[in-house]
Amino acid sequence: MTLLDSTFKQRSGKKALIPFITAGFPHPKMTVSLMHTLVDNGADIIELGMPFSDPMADGPVIQKASEQAIKLGCNLALTLDMVAQFRQDNQHTPVVLMGYLNPVESMGYEDFVKTAAEAGVNGLLLVDSPPEESADLQTQLKQHDMQQIFLVAPTTSDSRKAFICQQAAGFIYYVALKGVTGSADLNPEVVNQEIKDLKRYSDLPIAIGFGVKDAASAVAVAEQADAVVIGSALIQVLSDCTTSEQAQQKAADFMRPIRSALDSL
Amino acid sequence: MTQDINNLPDETGHFGRFGGNFASETLFHCLEELKTAYKKLKNDAEFQQQFKQDLAEFVGRPSPLYFAERLTEQQQGAKIWLKREDLNHTGAHKINNTVGQILLAKAMGKKRIIAETGAGQHGVATATVAARMGLKCIVYMGSVDIERQAINVFRMKLLGAEVRAVDSGSKTLKDALNEAMRDWVAHVDDTFYIIGTVAGPAPYPEMVRDFNSVIGREVRKQSMEKIGRLPDALVACVGGGSNAMGLFYPFIEDKEVKMFGVEAGGKGLETGQHAASISAGKVGVLHGNRTYVMSDDAGQVTETHSISAGLDYPGVGPEHAYLNDSGRAEYVTVNDDEALAAFHILTKTEGIMPALESAHAIAYGMKLAKFMSADQHIVVNLSGRGDKDVHTVADLEGVSV
Ligand SMILES: Cc1ncc(COP(=O)(O)O)c(C=O)c1O
Repeated sequence: MTLLDSTFKQRSGKKALIPFITAGFPHPKMTVSLMHTLVDNGADIIELGMPFSDPMADGPVIQKASEQAIKLGCNLALTLDMVAQFRQDNQHTPVVLMGYLNPVESMGYEDFVKTAAEAGVNGLLLVDSPPEESADLQTQLKQHDMQQIFLVAPTTSDSRKAFICQQAAGFIYYVALKGVTGSADLNPEVVNQEIKDLKRYSDLPIAIGFGVKDAASAVAVAEQADAVVIGSALIQVLSDCTTSEQAQQKAADFMRPIRSALDSL
Repeated sequence: MTQDINNLPDETGHFGRFGGNFASETLFHCLEELKTAYKKLKNDAEFQQQFKQDLAEFVGRPSPLYFAERLTEQQQGAKIWLKREDLNHTGAHKINNTVGQILLAKAMGKKRIIAETGAGQHGVATATVAARMGLKCIVYMGSVDIERQAINVFRMKLLGAEVRAVDSGSKTLKDALNEAMRDWVAHVDDTFYIIGTVAGPAPYPEMVRDFNSVIGREVRKQSMEKIGRLPDALVACVGGGSNAMGLFYPFIEDKEVKMFGVEAGGKGLETGQHAASISAGKVGVLHGNRTYVMSDDAGQVTETHSISAGLDYPGVGPEHAYLNDSGRAEYVTVNDDEALAAFHILTKTEGIMPALESAHAIAYGMKLAKFMSADQHIVVNLSGRGDKDVHTVADLEGVSV
């Protein structure tokens, strides 16, 4: 059983909270301490964004975070290093890397997967590497017990849902809306129905993301889902922080109400 | 891996190891829808008839194959012919593709058209066909490009399009493409995305190539009429690669016809300031397909430079990547200064002012001619006219107009 699998199992029905931060934002020096803060304030899994120059599926908030992180010298090697540092003090919280294929391809699948596994990465979500194009990568991932997370969107057809669910591991990430990360206006009723429907195809836990921004919206879409991902809203809160202490304080203040709201479900 | 080179891409949109569908999940459904619609209409006589008629009556095809007699004399080598895409309506080959895609959009019942543009030529070509069809049109353009292509921005507005400035990343063509993709993800139901070159996820590389293949088909016919045989070499500039693919594709099986794609060498490959993805990039994934990409050691896509905005793109169509690896086509570079010189030479010797993009192909064609004999024939794709570049040339040469 992988760390992702056991994490969900141990939660036994309680909703998992998955914050997303961009590695190197607001500053590369703050990332590792921020990760610990997120765990201390209720994160069950951490999604760590690998900054990329062309984040096609991201809204303006994550685009800017990515740009700033790159400017400050953050790259894939450094991102993996951050995970390794985090792992020195935390062996129990799964880390999922999220990003785009080109930096991974540039490092080479074999090198990347080996280094990531050594660093303690548990899962990988690549927005632009759908199951059809991921066979070579999967071969490498399997050798190191790393799981590739796939997305399902509101536009995904039934036959494709079945196909994706067959390939999926760890959990399934349901994209709550037609749009980029951080867009507004979720319709919880629709989302909950969609997730209920998705459960017909897989026993894997389902996480919901894109457009969840606070305790209220998290609770609203968590009815059927097993986990909630919050990204842009958290990044936004961090964006004007100039010190680690400040960033940690803001992250803690942001996380706590969401955690307790989910726990009251 | 062997594939029938004339029958690419395969079912999954691959050209050998290149191409494919590296798109975000939300887009899969509409890409599938597009693929199905295109497959059906590709072989639909009525659709093809309409396309042909629009190319004839709206675009003004066929475009002439023109013998550049004085240019040929100057080089003292092979005969140089120009495929006059500059004479098309709106002044470039880009209109061939937009005329095709707008028919597809209509057939699919889409009400809203989006496009990305760099130099503004594709934006103008899209705004033009959208105006003609009475469809709403939004064009994404990097804010840096908006600055340097003011005339085309105004042309698009005159045509009724909304031009949206893109301020992310390098604020140029690649970022405009990202933003158009983001728009599409958010408006999948009613929106048709007209991509302007043979890039993007499947089926775009195939589709844009097919719509531009009218160039190569005409050249085949015209060569038979004027030369009595096929030409010995084809030359075209390569940004994303649509004018080149359009010229090359109908000749792919004619192994005796050499094909040269000319990438933007910018200030020289050694300076790093260029847009030569095949000549100096590495295999990667950008904008939904696997191809040659200009990126740094960490896999971040790098900013490009070219004197011509239309070649200023860090990727290249996957079919070109394939033709390069298979050796069927050769990819070379021409630097800014050589392109600028060719711009002046063609203008003065033939009375034809080429687009700076096309001037790259002219420059290489002239070089190539010198190494070939007088009984050989080169066809250079004159992909667009130079009116749009007059200001750039004036600026470069310190002239105020
Ligand atoms: C006249 C002209 N030629 C060539 C290009 C480059 O595009 P492609 O490589 O797709 O033909 C452009 C792009 O704007 C153009 O305007």
